[in-house]
Amino acid sequence: MKFNHELVEKNIGLLAILTVLAISFGGLVQIVPLLFQKDTTEPVDGLIPYTALQIEGRDIYVREGCYNCHSQMIRPLRAETERYGHYSVAGESVWDHPFQWGSKRTGPDLARVGGRYSDRWHEVHLLDPRAVVPQSNMPGYPWLAENKLDGELTRDKMQILLNFHKGGYKGNDLYTDEELAGAKAAVEGKTEMQALIAYLQSLGHALK
Amino acid sequence: MSTFWSIWITVITLFVIAACFFLLRAVSKNYTGVEEGKSMGHSFDGIEELNNPLPKWWSYMFYISIVFALIYLALYPGLGNYKGLLGWTSSNQSIGRENGIKADSEAAIALAKVEGRWVQYDQEVMRADEKYGPIFKAYADTPLDELVNNEEALKVGGRLFLHNCSQCHGSDARGGKGFPNLTDGDWLYGGELATIKTTIMNGRHGMMPPKGGLPIEDSEIEGLAEYVVKLSGRDHDEALAAQGQGSFMKGCFACHGMDGTGNKMMGAPDLTNNMWLYGGSRGVIQETIKNGRSGVMPAWKNVLGEEKVHVITAYVYSLSNQ
Repeated sequence: MKFNHELVEKNIGLLAILTVLAISFGGLVQIVPLLFQKDTTEPVDGLIPYTALQIEGRDIYVREGCYNCHSQMIRPLRAETERYGHYSVAGESVWDHPFQWGSKRTGPDLARVGGRYSDRWHEVHLLDPRAVVPQSNMPGYPWLAENKLDGELTRDKMQILLNFHKGGYKGNDLYTDEELAGAKAAVEGKTEMQALIAYLQSLGHALK
Repeated sequence: MSTFWSIWITVITLFVIAACFFLLRAVSKNYTGVEEGKSMGHSFDGIEELNNPLPKWWSYMFYISIVFALIYLALYPGLGNYKGLLGWTSSNQSIGRENGIKADSEAAIALAKVEGRWVQYDQEVMRADEKYGPIFKAYADTPLDELVNNEEALKVGGRLFLHNCSQCHGSDARGGKGFPNLTDGDWLYGGELATIKTTIMNGRHGMMPPKGGLPIEDSEIEGLAEYVVKLSGRDHDEALAAQGQGSFMKGCFACHGMDGTGNKMMGAPDLTNNMWLYGGSRGVIQETIKNGRSGVMPAWKNVLGEEKVHVITAYVYSLSNQ
């Protein structure tokens, strides 16, 4: 057989197909098996589904781009666990779509920030971070205290999570019918600030 | 990991490495029929293409990386369930899965020891515990009233304070609006060593309901605030304050005391010492009475552990007891 390099060099379409094929081997080995592992698809014991308000808060976290500066991924290194607590495990992120691991820490990791500070502290801090941490370079988010949630989509968001993970919470669905029915009422009129704080306070309680 | 996925990973990984090797061999051969270094027989504007082989440094690097990959996969876990010759793993997460042992549990850590596994995280923690463990143990065994005289312990406590407490109480521990000043000697729940430790360990929730949960009319708030101003020993309108005193007697005394000196059992602040958590102006006092206040100190027992809280207690105590 005559090895013909020219064929690949002169057919850009073939080159593209072969390139994709070559790259996909990495995904086949590194990504595909994870979709079938218990450790990555089942929640750890003690993980509690987000409440209606926390779901809204999570969406605000995503909207404001908090993940650009804050990770939610404590690595198994002592220096990190001393500061932040138990390292993160995959089973803590199974209900996160998309997960908020982040890739950069301009600010501290938030994977276990829940319960570390009071609600009031978060409020002051989000309005003007330098009011409590003078050397902080985090921007303030004063509009969160003004914007009110209408809860129009809250139920749908919960329904989507529920459908994704049928029977995923200790054999039960993530939400009961009553919780779905009460979703709108649970968030309506609350500020985005309250929702975001509720979300932050819920982070990281599954492992100590 | 199930056997299927283990084989899946192993086969594809080794196949790709082998394929890289054969591809490199294949493209290293001279198929052109032209001697190496000689012209391929075409020239554009006087620039000729020569039949040059792949650079040696490049192809050798490629071979070396293939060898490296194979050695790495032999030593470290990379091929499915194969544990690697070194038994290395970054954490306990992957240990004991096959036996149904929960990830990161005590059992997983114990199993790793029995199997002689090199768990990077455990090794790090162990080395640190050997170094710092005895120090904190010695501090923990020292009664607090002795520990407050230990300069070194106070320095350690100061560091821990900066890392964990300064976000609310400030790096100088002087607090801010709603976050208590720890240097002024005024305590909501008491400034004894044992009380400070309890506060840090279990946290506190200071709660004043709007108008103290009492049947107080909005119209009474101005007078009540004036009475509080009087209690703190400042210039005041006597008539208005007298009116406020009447309102105070509707029930404020239950927490703040008949004389307004507060109640440390409930964390009710002393109103007579002119020290203010939220501010002492008439406006702020009125706001406090009208809307109530809710101050939360989180519990640190589970985050820091008792040994560290012990040291921080000594430091916090030392701030107002030089």
